[in-house]
Amino acid sequence: MSDFTSGFWPVFITVIALGGILFCVIMLLIASRIKVVTSGVDNTSDHVWDGDLREMNNPLPRWWVGMFILTVIFALFYLAAYPGLGSFAGKLGWTATKQYEQEVAAANKALEPMYAKFAVMKTEDLAKNPEARAIGERIFMNNCAQCHGSDAKGSRGFPNLTDKDWLHGGSPAKIEETITGGRIGMMPPMAAAVGTPEDVKNVANYVLSLSGSIYDSGRAGLGKEKFAACAACHGPEGKGNTDIGSANLTDNIWLHGAGEAAIIKRINEGKVNQMPAWKDKFTPAQIHVLAAYVWGFSNNK
Amino acid sequence: MKKAPSNTKAEVTIPLNEVVISLYESEDKIYPRSVSGFFTQWRWVMIWLTQLFFYGVPWLEWGHRQALLFDLEAKRFYIFKLVLYPQDLIYLTAILIISALSLFLFTAIAGRLWCGYACPQTVYTEIFLWIEKKIEGDRAARMKLDAAGMSSKKLSRKAAKHFVWIAFALWTGFTFVGYFTPIRELAHAVVNVSLGPWETFWVCFYGFATYGNAGFMREQVCKYMCPYARFQSAMFDDDTLIVTYDEARGEPRGGRSRKAEVNTKALGSCIDCSLCVQVCPTGIDIRDGLQYECIGCGACADVCDTVMDKMGYERGLVKYSTQNALTNNWSHQQMFKRILRPRVLIYSAVLLLLITGLLASLWFRTPFRVDIMRDNAVMGRLSDDGMLENVYRMQIMNGTEETQHYRINVTGLKGLEIDAKDTKETQGDKNKVISKESESAENAKQANENDHTFMVKPTESRWVIVALKVPDGAAESGSHKIQFVIEAIESKETVTEKSVFLVPR
Repeated sequence: MSDFTSGFWPVFITVIALGGILFCVIMLLIASRIKVVTSGVDNTSDHVWDGDLREMNNPLPRWWVGMFILTVIFALFYLAAYPGLGSFAGKLGWTATKQYEQEVAAANKALEPMYAKFAVMKTEDLAKNPEARAIGERIFMNNCAQCHGSDAKGSRGFPNLTDKDWLHGGSPAKIEETITGGRIGMMPPMAAAVGTPEDVKNVANYVLSLSGSIYDSGRAGLGKEKFAACAACHGPEGKGNTDIGSANLTDNIWLHGAGEAAIIKRINEGKVNQMPAWKDKFTPAQIHVLAAYVWGFSNNK
Repeated sequence: MKKAPSNTKAEVTIPLNEVVISLYESEDKIYPRSVSGFFTQWRWVMIWLTQLFFYGVPWLEWGHRQALLFDLEAKRFYIFKLVLYPQDLIYLTAILIISALSLFLFTAIAGRLWCGYACPQTVYTEIFLWIEKKIEGDRAARMKLDAAGMSSKKLSRKAAKHFVWIAFALWTGFTFVGYFTPIRELAHAVVNVSLGPWETFWVCFYGFATYGNAGFMREQVCKYMCPYARFQSAMFDDDTLIVTYDEARGEPRGGRSRKAEVNTKALGSCIDCSLCVQVCPTGIDIRDGLQYECIGCGACADVCDTVMDKMGYERGLVKYSTQNALTNNWSHQQMFKRILRPRVLIYSAVLLLLITGLLASLWFRTPFRVDIMRDNAVMGRLSDDGMLENVYRMQIMNGTEETQHYRINVTGLKGLEIDAKDTKETQGDKNKVISKESESAENAKQANENDHTFMVKPTESRWVIVALKVPDGAAESGSHKIQFVIEAIESKETVTEKSVFLVPR
C-alpha cells in the first residue's frame, strides 16, 4: 500500500472488496425467493419484447448456488489471510518480497553442499572442474563480460584477463581480493612533476623504449632522467608494482592505448579507473568459483 | 429454448398470477436408458478409438524415451521424432487454429459431432454409464434401486459401482499425468508408494474431476458450463445436420395397438412411447424441436428406429437431417449436395491450407537455432597481433537428440578471420576427471580449432564466444553487414544469421 500516498485508497479498496462480496450474498438471498407475474402455463414470466420475444424462468441449478456460497466463504478466508483489504496486511503476513527472499534462501540452501565442496577445493583444481567452470562461466557472462568482454580479453580501459599481465597480481588469492573488494587504479597527472611539454614527450619516448615499441632514441635518452618522477610508482625499471596496482611499462600491453600520443595524454591527465566490488552480490564461495574461472583464462594451458 | 413443461411437472393453470418462485432448482436425476443402433455403434467406435489412444500412447517408446511426452519442467515437448522447445510455441498456435477451424467445419456440416462422439465429457459419461448399467442394471432397475430404502443389496451395489468408478477415474488421472512425467517412472513410483506430492495431487485431481464429471455432473456440464453448447447457434445454419423429429410425419402422436395401420386413427407415426426421452443423456424431448441441450448423440434416433421397425413403419421419424431438407422434403441426395455449400468449401480450403502449412513448416524446420549478439562492451578493439577485433556471443541450440558439431563460417567482409576456440572442457561427462582419454580429446579438439567447430550436446544449448578479426585499416570505419553461416556437420543443415562488424574511427 506504500504506493498510495492518500489514505483514501486503502479504504476505497476495502469497501469495494467487501461490498462486492456482500452484494453477491444479497443477490443470492433475494433470488432464492422472488415474486414474479407468471402465466403459470408455459414457464414464461409474461414479459414480452419486440412483439414475440418472451422471457422464461430458467432456474439456476442448486449446486451452482452452493458453489457461489463456497466462493464467498473462500473469499472471506482469503481476505483474512492475505493482503487484499487496503492496508490490512493479512493474518499470514505474506509479502512478495518475503516470498522472493524465501525462494532465494531455499535456492541457496539447495546449492550449499555444492559450494561447500567447491570452497575447500584449491583454485588450481577448481579451474579444471567442469561443473565449477560452468558456474563460473555463467557468473562471468552475466556480470563481468559487460566490461571485460565475453572472451575476457577486455578492451581499452578494461583489462584483458587472459594474458599474464595483472595490475594487482594474478595469484588466486589476489584475484579473489580484486573481485571481492573491487579496485581503484589511480595515476595522478604527472606533467608538472616531469617538467615542460618537451620533457613529457621525452619521457613518453623513454617509456616506449622500455617495451620495445617504436620510439625516438634521442628523446628517449633525454627522457630517461625525468623518468625518476614515474619511478616512485612504476619502479626504476618501469616494471610496475602489483601491490599498488601500478602498471608494468616494459611489456607491450597498454590498458589505455598504445603509442606516443596516448602515453603523453596519460602523463598529462593521469587516470582514475575503477572496478566495482562484488562482495555484496556474491557469497565468498561464489567469488571463489568465479576467481578460479578467471584464473583459468591465463593458467589453464 | 427451454422445453415446455413436460408431463412430469404438474400443470396447474394459473392465469397470470403473482406467484413466489425460486430461481434455483435442484436438478432431477436423469436415468438414460441404454440403447443400441447405428449411431450408438459409431459412438462406441469413437470411444474405443479415443480411449485406446489416450490410455495407450503414453506407453509407447521412441528410442530411449517416451514417444509422446510434454516435459513442462525441462520445457521440451517430445512428439515421436519431433522435439519442440518454448521457441516453437507458434506450432501450438497453429494447432489451436486448426482445431478451431475443424470444429467450425464439422459443426457446419453435421452439427455437434464433437459433443456427441468425441468430447471427453460425453465419452467418460458413456463409460461411467456402462459401468453403472453393468452393476445396477438399466434405467428401470436403477430408478427402482434409488427409490428403494437402504439395504445390504443396495449398499453392496452402490459400493461396487463407486469402487469401479474411482478405480477407473484414478487410472485416468494417472494416465493424464503420464503425458507430462514419464509414465513408466510414474508407474514405478505408484507401485513403490513413492509418488511425489505434486504428482499425487494431479493424479488425484484429475481422478476426482473424472469421477465427479462423468459420475455426477454429466449433462449439467453440457447445459451450464460448456461454452461450446452456447455458441452453437452461430455455427449452425439451415443446412447443418441436426437430430430432428419429423413433426409432419409424427403428429398427432398417440398410443395404439401394434397391429393398427398408420393413419387409421388419424394418428401420425409417433406412438408416444417416450423412449426417445428415456434414452436422452441430457433429458430432453427431441420432439419439442432443436434445443441447446441436445448434444447430437443420436440415441433418440437409434431407439426410435427400433420402435419403427417393431411397428413396421418406415425408419427415420427421428433422424439426422437439416432444416432445409425437412421443410422442402429433400431426398438424401439433395441434402448431401447442399452440404457442399460455400461456407463448407471455404472452411475446408482454409483448413487444408493451414494443415499443409503446418506440415511443411515442421518438415523444413532446422533442428538447430542460432542467436548472435555482438559484444557491445568491447566494440572494436585492436588485438595483440594488430588486427581489428569484434567479439560475438553466439548461442547454439541443438534441437536434435544426438550430439552435433557446428562449424562456423563468416562472409560479408574481405579478409575476415574467425578466432574461436572450443574453450569448454565439458565435452565428456560432467564430472570426468582429466585423464588420458580427455587428453586425446584435447588433441582432437586442437585439430579442430582451425575448423571453428563446436560440439553441442543433445537437446541442449550453449554459448560460444567468437571473435572476428580484420587487418587494421582493411575496412572503412563504420558498421559492416556480415553473415554468420553455421553448418551442422552431422545433419548437414545450414543456418544463416545476420550481424554487423564495427570498425571504429
